[in-house]
Amino acid sequence: MTETMILSLLTLMILGSIIALESKDLLSSVIAVGAVGFMLSVIFLILRAPDIAIVQVVIEILTLIILIRVTISRDIHIIGDTREFLPFAMNLVLLLVFFIIAADAIRTMPEFGTGASKVALPYLSRGLTDTGAANIVTSVILDYRAYDTLGEATILFAAITGAITILRRKAKND
Amino acid sequence: MSEIVKTVCGILEGFIFVFGCYIVIYGHLTPGGGFAGGVILAAVFILIMLAFGKERILKITPRRRGALIESIGALSFLSIAWAGLYIRGIFFRNFITTNPDNHFNILSGGTIPLYNIAIALKVMAGLFLVFFVLSITRVILEGDKLKMVKK
Repeated sequence: MTETMILSLLTLMILGSIIALESKDLLSSVIAVGAVGFMLSVIFLILRAPDIAIVQVVIEILTLIILIRVTISRDIHIIGDTREFLPFAMNLVLLLVFFIIAADAIRTMPEFGTGASKVALPYLSRGLTDTGAANIVTSVILDYRAYDTLGEATILFAAITGAITILRRKAKND
Repeated sequence: MSEIVKTVCGILEGFIFVFGCYIVIYGHLTPGGGFAGGVILAAVFILIMLAFGKERILKITPRRRGALIESIGALSFLSIAWAGLYIRGIFFRNFITTNPDNHFNILSGGTIPLYNIAIALKVMAGLFLVFFVLSITRVILEGDKLKMVKK
């Protein structure tokens, strides 16, 4: 039951991505990208990861707001057809090679639900008594592996500082 | 924006802010945490900016206050981690002891709610600053080169 739902959602996501690539109107492709993101968050919910689903929904909404704002304030709404044959064919060949290798690799992965690493079992059994937090995901990212969260916060800080610095310059004639 | 949008946004922004604070503070009990709550809190200010125009936001000097709040968030995250090193000898050590009959309470979890609040401040100020700077600046074609001007 969940497998059929995930497969149908994945097919819809592929269709949405193709629509986003092939549509001539910029606003339609932006909305198709948003639809792909929302279907991804539903897949995260089906795979029992509500933290990631919440983050995916809110980041998708923010991205849609920024993209639609950029699309509307530009002068062009329609893009032309500039696809060549040779890069397209090479893309398809490489995609086929990747698909064959990935299918073989995924077939030998363990079942959904059994941990692939041996570190997860002590975290699951001792997480509540060690940290006191009921949410095991939060206790992993903020107590057991808090150094990685420090790296993530640093990346966010550096990226935002860089973006503000680049977009800060005033015009010379002001 | 029209009168309907302004009225509805004026009513809704308080509720969305409270919901964002709920996701941040209960991050150690229910799904969510600092990052998701911080993005929701940033979305409140983006909503104000979209509905009422940028004059309403420019009154609170977003650049200076946003940079201040983001720096406060990042520095408090680091100072709680350093306090773990100072008190217990390990960087990021959870130095607030939790007793087992306090589980599933809001005050359980040790330093985890403090980390959540620091990250939420940081993410909220950062994402709102990026959106503000993106919508204030415009790229125009002057002569032969592209130039960035403030609107």
